[in-house]
Amino acid sequence: MRIANGMNRLGWLLVIAAGLVAPFLVYPVFAMKVLCFALFACGFNLLLGYTGLLSFGHATFLGTAGYITGYTVKSLGFPPELGILLGTATATALGYLFGSLAIRRSGIYFAMITLALAQMVYFVALQMPFTGGEDGLQGVPRGVLFGLLDLQNPLFMYYLVLAIFLGGFWVVYRAVNSPFGQVLKAIRENEPRAISLGYDVARYKLMAFVLSAALAGLAGSTKCLVFQLSSLTDVHWFTSGEVVLMTLLGGMGNVFGPIVGAAMVVSLQNYGANIGEWVTVITGTFFVFCVLVFRRGVVGELAAFVKKK
Amino acid sequence: MIGIFGVSLPGLFGQLLVGLINGSFYAILSLGLAVIFGLLNIINFAHGAQYMMGAFSAWIAMRFFGVNYWWALLLAPLVVGATGILIERGMLRRLARLDNLYGLLLTFGLALIFEGLFRYKYGISGESYPVPDLLAGGKNLGFMFLPIYRGWVVVASLVVCFATWFVIERTKLGSYLRAGTENPELLQAFGVNVPLIVNLTYGYGVALAAFAGVLAAPIFNVNPVMGSNLIITVFAVVVVGGMGSILGSIVTGIGLGLIEGIVKSGMIANLLGNIFDKVPVLGSLVYPVKLLFSPEASAVTIFVIMAIVLLVRPAGLFGRER
Repeated sequence: MRIANGMNRLGWLLVIAAGLVAPFLVYPVFAMKVLCFALFACGFNLLLGYTGLLSFGHATFLGTAGYITGYTVKSLGFPPELGILLGTATATALGYLFGSLAIRRSGIYFAMITLALAQMVYFVALQMPFTGGEDGLQGVPRGVLFGLLDLQNPLFMYYLVLAIFLGGFWVVYRAVNSPFGQVLKAIRENEPRAISLGYDVARYKLMAFVLSAALAGLAGSTKCLVFQLSSLTDVHWFTSGEVVLMTLLGGMGNVFGPIVGAAMVVSLQNYGANIGEWVTVITGTFFVFCVLVFRRGVVGELAAFVKKK
Repeated sequence: MIGIFGVSLPGLFGQLLVGLINGSFYAILSLGLAVIFGLLNIINFAHGAQYMMGAFSAWIAMRFFGVNYWWALLLAPLVVGATGILIERGMLRRLARLDNLYGLLLTFGLALIFEGLFRYKYGISGESYPVPDLLAGGKNLGFMFLPIYRGWVVVASLVVCFATWFVIERTKLGSYLRAGTENPELLQAFGVNVPLIVNLTYGYGVALAAFAGVLAAPIFNVNPVMGSNLIITVFAVVVVGGMGSILGSIVTGIGLGLIEGIVKSGMIANLLGNIFDKVPVLGSLVYPVKLLFSPEASAVTIFVIMAIVLLVRPAGLFGRER
């Protein structure tokens, strides 16, 4: 336990330090993209890594929140903080709706249901007029935060994203290391036993689902302001697959894992832009590799290595 | 013009035929998923990619080797099925003792690899595959015009589906399969080579997908992404039907295809309009439902039905709660 605590403290320290200096070392938009996807993946990990539920439709919450933020900020002229709030709230509500449906089945059925519901949202986004269809919402203004900070300044924008990420990550960290998190782990390890101990398993699953949808929404809203764009890519099943890969690659069931996984996958996309069509193939290869020989992920393997020492 | 609920009869029958054809593909693909799930206990996410590979093998065979449609219909499932056998041998078998979510993730990765490779080689614009001479043309049935090839697709998929059902439910080999689904250890103890059966079953499920792909080649454009959107719909079909019964997946597949066709014809929206539009309050209350079943929304019909089934009967129409 002491080792675990020490490692967690070290992890936090590394995350904060890396977050603070990142914009001076790498391209700020790249760092912001990593942070958005890291938040997305950390929320997702709450569901996959800690509750053992594989959602294959989480892009729905990322994308929907992005559309709502984009629409309210661009077409209705709302300030950025309100746009983010509304986007996140919509994703939360949608998470409650889809979660209530999906937790009626478990295992692979749960995965198929979330995927099918997400596909439905994709078709709706394709046809609804306010989403801009194939074009998406382009040129969303970043606006002025609380009427004080002009987010057009890349550094202001970056530190806002960092603050949002750290806030979201702290929520995940607290949730995992709380009695609530212990119940989630109990459900993952042995659902019938958790039921027999008197826990309302369905309620806990739904709470985990809604919380993770809300964090995905927060990430999506923020991402929309960063890129000033909401597009169909964000609600597509490929993005749902990507967040699974980030969690798997970094190490599921480890709080810090998805951050590393997100950084790796986003780097692959950014620096691998010139490999074009191969991105899909490489992503697929990572999946196969992780599942066959690397199931604990980068951080999981590291933690196991340190423990052995 | 004669019609029901504001939809002309030829229009309605045309959509019903489209529905029947889509339903045949849903049936044959969900059947393959159910067969694989029965013995391997995994969901084969690569099923859509393997369907696409079936279509592409037929196209490549015709384009570069001059193989005609009928040989392609036999060879493509064999070739793609053989790749399936290798995948089971080399990868899926290692995951047998793990949580079945890993099987889903692995096959998802494989689907991405296959789709990516074909996209790299052939782009996404797609290739067209001609209808074989024997099945070209159409027949006027009086109430509608039936392109012969489309009729053939429905007949061929039904025959293959029922042959599969017959083998599994009525033969000795099928009894091994069913026993393997119930209790593989016991079956192994009786001296049956279970790993071989599992291996061939996966190969057969994949071959079914490839067969559907060859059938689809002359109707749809042969392109690398033809499988990925279809397979998600088929997942919804599987959730609606439940994977417990072979006959159940066939019936659900065709039924949902037909319902989709009816919605696309606009009949349900018109019917709801005829009944409720004149009622003052109820009319506006029913409006969202009408919108949900309007022709423009036919892409989401199956997903909406899935949601309704989950509310009413979570185990699926033919499923058993496990």
